[in-house]
Amino acid sequence: MAERLYRAVPADALRIVPLDDFTLIFHRPSGLSHLVTAPAPEILELLEQGPLTRAALLARLGERFELADASVEALDARLGELVATGLVEAA
Amino acid sequence: MGFRVGSDWRAPIAELERLYAGYPQPEDGIPDFTVRLFAARPWRRWLRPAVTLGGDFVLPDAAPLPLAQGLLAAEMAMNLQMALGQRRYLLLHASAVERDGCAVLMTGLSGAGKSTLAALLGARGWRLMGDEFALVDPATGLVHAFPRLVSLKNAAIDVVRAALPEARFGPLLAGTPKGDIRHLVPDAEAVARMAEPAQPALILFPRFGFDAAERGLGPSEVFVRLTQASTNYVALGERGFEAMTRLVREVPARAIDYPDADSAIAQVETLWSAL
Repeated sequence: MAERLYRAVPADALRIVPLDDFTLIFHRPSGLSHLVTAPAPEILELLEQGPLTRAALLARLGERFELADASVEALDARLGELVATGLVEAA
Repeated sequence: MGFRVGSDWRAPIAELERLYAGYPQPEDGIPDFTVRLFAARPWRRWLRPAVTLGGDFVLPDAAPLPLAQGLLAAEMAMNLQMALGQRRYLLLHASAVERDGCAVLMTGLSGAGKSTLAALLGARGWRLMGDEFALVDPATGLVHAFPRLVSLKNAAIDVVRAALPEARFGPLLAGTPKGDIRHLVPDAEAVARMAEPAQPALILFPRFGFDAAERGLGPSEVFVRLTQASTNYVALGERGFEAMTRLVREVPARAIDYPDADSAIAQVETLWSAL
């Protein structure tokens, strides 16, 4: 079975506004606003460049954002939240 | 913003006519919202008369008020129409005062002192824009005034009467769900200039009953607090998001604790002069 891929939603579905330690995201399809913090904006930024598996995503996050201590479970939880809110698509 | 108010009783309408005597009619003659004060059962017009709130928008489980508090019922019903029905502006449950074209917005939980501070600043040369709702125009970012009767509660009633001995007040409404309430009629300037918007320049989160203190708030904390203080943020969709993000990114915000009104006024003036 192929490993699950995570991908960004179409760019025009989101309005992303960095504020401070938090980033505001308006999700146009639902009309809901989300206030997120690391690593969620970083995950969205990486997925904008193309779909990734969980393992690849974790590796890229570690390289780019010094999130090396992020555990697989924590990343899973954040990814799950992003998928549940419609900010990331899982295929 | 115009209201049409219907009532099963004459008294609340007479109070409204007296207290809003100096207010203009809606420009096009068409009210924006309708409010009805009615007896839930016919005999309750006379027997222990109880006022139920009705209108374009209603809360199904709002408890009726005794007729003696009919004015409060009318004010609550009008606020409810704004809270649930307003679509043009982003509505913030906040008081607002203006000086030199710039506005200070004050918001907080009930009892934080937003009405009292707005009334007291109004007594010191600021223009009262409103004590209940600040209306933010998503297109311009400007704050529009909504200078309704200022609802003063408990100890604040005497504090404001002392500061504004010449002002007009409504009747004392004793024993309401929020304690004693007395309404202050906004002064002539507040009414005459109600159509003039202002640039938001300072957002304050006052808290009464603590030693004087203040701290700055970051945009994300202000966003959370202001969305909680808005009754129509979600309903406005992306326009609400735009108005709110602009506000929290561009306007400085402070939380201020204060032990008494004089202390709060001094804090506001100091923060204002440092802008």
